[in-house]
Amino acid sequence: MQSKTTVLRESFVPRSIESIKQFLVSNMVTIMFVILSVLGYKVSGMTPFLFFMDITARISRNAFLVLALIIPVMAGMGLNFSIVLGAMAAQAVVIFVTHWGIGGLPGIVLAVALVTPLAALLGFLTGTLFNRTKGQEMIAGLILGYFAQGVYELIFLQLVGSLIPMSNPRLIMGSGVGVRTTIDLTGGLKYGLDWPGQYWGNDLLLRPTLPWTALGLSVLLALVLLAYQLRAEKRKRWSIPRMVASMVGIVVIAAWSIVQIRSNSQINWIRVPLLTWLVIGAACVGLHFFSKTKLGQDMRSVGQNRHVAAVAGIDVNRVRIKAIILSMVMAAWGHIIFLQNLGTFSTYGSHEQVGLYSAAALLIGGATVAKASIKHAVLGTILFHTLFIVAPAAGRQLFGDAQIGEYFRVFVAYGVIGITLAMHAWKHVLQSRSDAKPSGTEH
Amino acid sequence: MAFNSFLKRIDLARLIIAAFFVFLCITAVALRLNLAELITSSLSRIGMWSVLVLAMLPAIVSGIGPNFGVSLGIICGLLGGLTALELAYRLDEIVQFSPGILFLMAILFSLPFALLVGVGYGWLLNRVKGSEMMIATYVGFSIVSIMKLAWVFLPFTNPEMAWPIGRGVRVQVALGNRGLAQLLNNFLAIRIGEVVIPTGLLLSGALCALLVWFFMRSQTGMAMAAAGSNPRFAQAAGISVDRQRIIGTVLSTVLGAVGILIYSQSYGFLQLYEGPMFMPFVAVAAILIGGASVSKANITHVVVGTILFLGIQVVAVPVANAFTADWSSMGEISRKIIQNGVILYALTQAGGE
Repeated sequence: MQSKTTVLRESFVPRSIESIKQFLVSNMVTIMFVILSVLGYKVSGMTPFLFFMDITARISRNAFLVLALIIPVMAGMGLNFSIVLGAMAAQAVVIFVTHWGIGGLPGIVLAVALVTPLAALLGFLTGTLFNRTKGQEMIAGLILGYFAQGVYELIFLQLVGSLIPMSNPRLIMGSGVGVRTTIDLTGGLKYGLDWPGQYWGNDLLLRPTLPWTALGLSVLLALVLLAYQLRAEKRKRWSIPRMVASMVGIVVIAAWSIVQIRSNSQINWIRVPLLTWLVIGAACVGLHFFSKTKLGQDMRSVGQNRHVAAVAGIDVNRVRIKAIILSMVMAAWGHIIFLQNLGTFSTYGSHEQVGLYSAAALLIGGATVAKASIKHAVLGTILFHTLFIVAPAAGRQLFGDAQIGEYFRVFVAYGVIGITLAMHAWKHVLQSRSDAKPSGTEH
Repeated sequence: MAFNSFLKRIDLARLIIAAFFVFLCITAVALRLNLAELITSSLSRIGMWSVLVLAMLPAIVSGIGPNFGVSLGIICGLLGGLTALELAYRLDEIVQFSPGILFLMAILFSLPFALLVGVGYGWLLNRVKGSEMMIATYVGFSIVSIMKLAWVFLPFTNPEMAWPIGRGVRVQVALGNRGLAQLLNNFLAIRIGEVVIPTGLLLSGALCALLVWFFMRSQTGMAMAAAGSNPRFAQAAGISVDRQRIIGTVLSTVLGAVGILIYSQSYGFLQLYEGPMFMPFVAVAAILIGGASVSKANITHVVVGTILFLGIQVVAVPVANAFTADWSSMGEISRKIIQNGVILYALTQAGGE
């Protein structure tokens, strides 16, 4: 019966319309957020200058953290809410590096070197915990984050200054015990990666303007696409409509950039932290190639079915621990990028929302609990943070209260995660129910 | 030996927490802290939370696990409370409600919300079997955050609830104006020396516990327990597991609604906006500390857990402060570590898939 209708449909409806429909349905969340972002931007009445300045900063600040979520999804462990621990490790290291007074790019390099083993250890412990709570990794990760928050506060609010000797009026509270609630990184790690030249007195080193960066990126993207199309196997090549659509998009961006460069609009004042973007790009490329390695493939098999993977001779628990270690280390690096861009941070609060906002961004980009890619991470970061920027302004325009926009964006973050989780769990239940039904041919 | 079987039933985690509580109490005595004040505030704190912790029981028994989404019930209770206050304000010219009637009205108004929300929420949880805890948490978070918008837009006109300028309901709505604050606490309160026993509060907690206890022994209660402990067997015996889970969820939501009203009258305010966000975690941790697991619980677990966990919270702060003034955050920190440590421990004991 079902096959009959499909045959009928195929004979009457052109294939391209059918595939467009499928595209719309499977990218519903993302399309909805594109529309929401565009509307929000229109309503907010923001100037393009303010918007692009903010979104440039937010992409460089958050993209790496979102990428940190991809590997655990690959390994079938869902959204890794325990990346909050990686963020705490990063803050701990940043506090010490600031205490020692090492700033700029050298400070960043030192912080990364110190945080890597710490985050790896935390990742190992978290992975071990997750192996004892299989099937409940997400709630375990969430609660672990709250637990770690308590331990973190114990160390930095009570023990530093009392048991752990540390005296630095810039960092320690007036009473001599506990680290101050906000830490200013100005003159230290602030912009260490974003403005690598500042350490050597050259503020503009590796900081091209936004239009030039966009132009360069679009040329690069076009070349990569063309090279792929020429060199890839025939069946892996992109279809003609997809290729044309992408090229039109690239040309539009390039044309916009050229128009901006030739005008004297304020957009030309916005500078892109190129080194940070290169690091994010390197992470994307690294993740792409990692998924093709033996370990990456093992993770995929574990993610698809633990039991099948175990039968195939994969040490499932080990692979899962490795996935969490990698994710945790990436989260710690990502949070260092986040902090150096922010410049000041709340010692006991800046890490709290890392898991929530990163997960929401990834899902808005079109990922699910079982499938996430670099494309989802990048697109999701842009969309989620567009919404974040325009929501308060739109709230003020529509209701005379910016607070309403803020409530709305927080609801969006929680709601998107809630709905995606529920939809995934529902699908899972339906699937296992249909698997359990006797199918006749197998028996 | 009786002692041995007793030891078997109490595992290490609970033993450590119980020992910690005893240690805190002994330290409090040794430090010559004001014991009367400690006991008074412990009793009222335990009473405040008792029904919210009790709300975990039907959820665990019916098989959906600890109700991390009890914030839904809490919001229903808050809505009931606000509706009662609004009605009292609108009818001020005609009739003056006594505080007792007003409190009953608040509970009455919250029930339809709780029933409706409970059925919908139970329906959802039946579709996500195996991931109830995570979904419940995020459903709770989502609803709390969308309610922040609702508190701004809901058409309440009572000036006691509104901001003096701007729009929406206040973050905390005072209950003192209409005599609702400490209504139950003061009912039949007994003074022994400086210790005040909030009889009414403890009695209302006990009454709820008794009702739940009777329900558990009814035919429906038995069916619910069967559905929760062995769904396949229950299904084979002709019990609709999904229906029983919905009943458990509704009951948990209703208890959450009643629980927050009992909590709020003791606190003196209805806490809106961010207020209900993290309350479920406290209730979950309390019943787990009492000896429940994510799939097994009884009334004893509720009582023991509430006394232990809330007792620790009350005693820990002055004890820590007595050592050094710099340790002022110790109470809150120890709460975070114990609360989430216990939930994590219970998750590892559940054994996963």
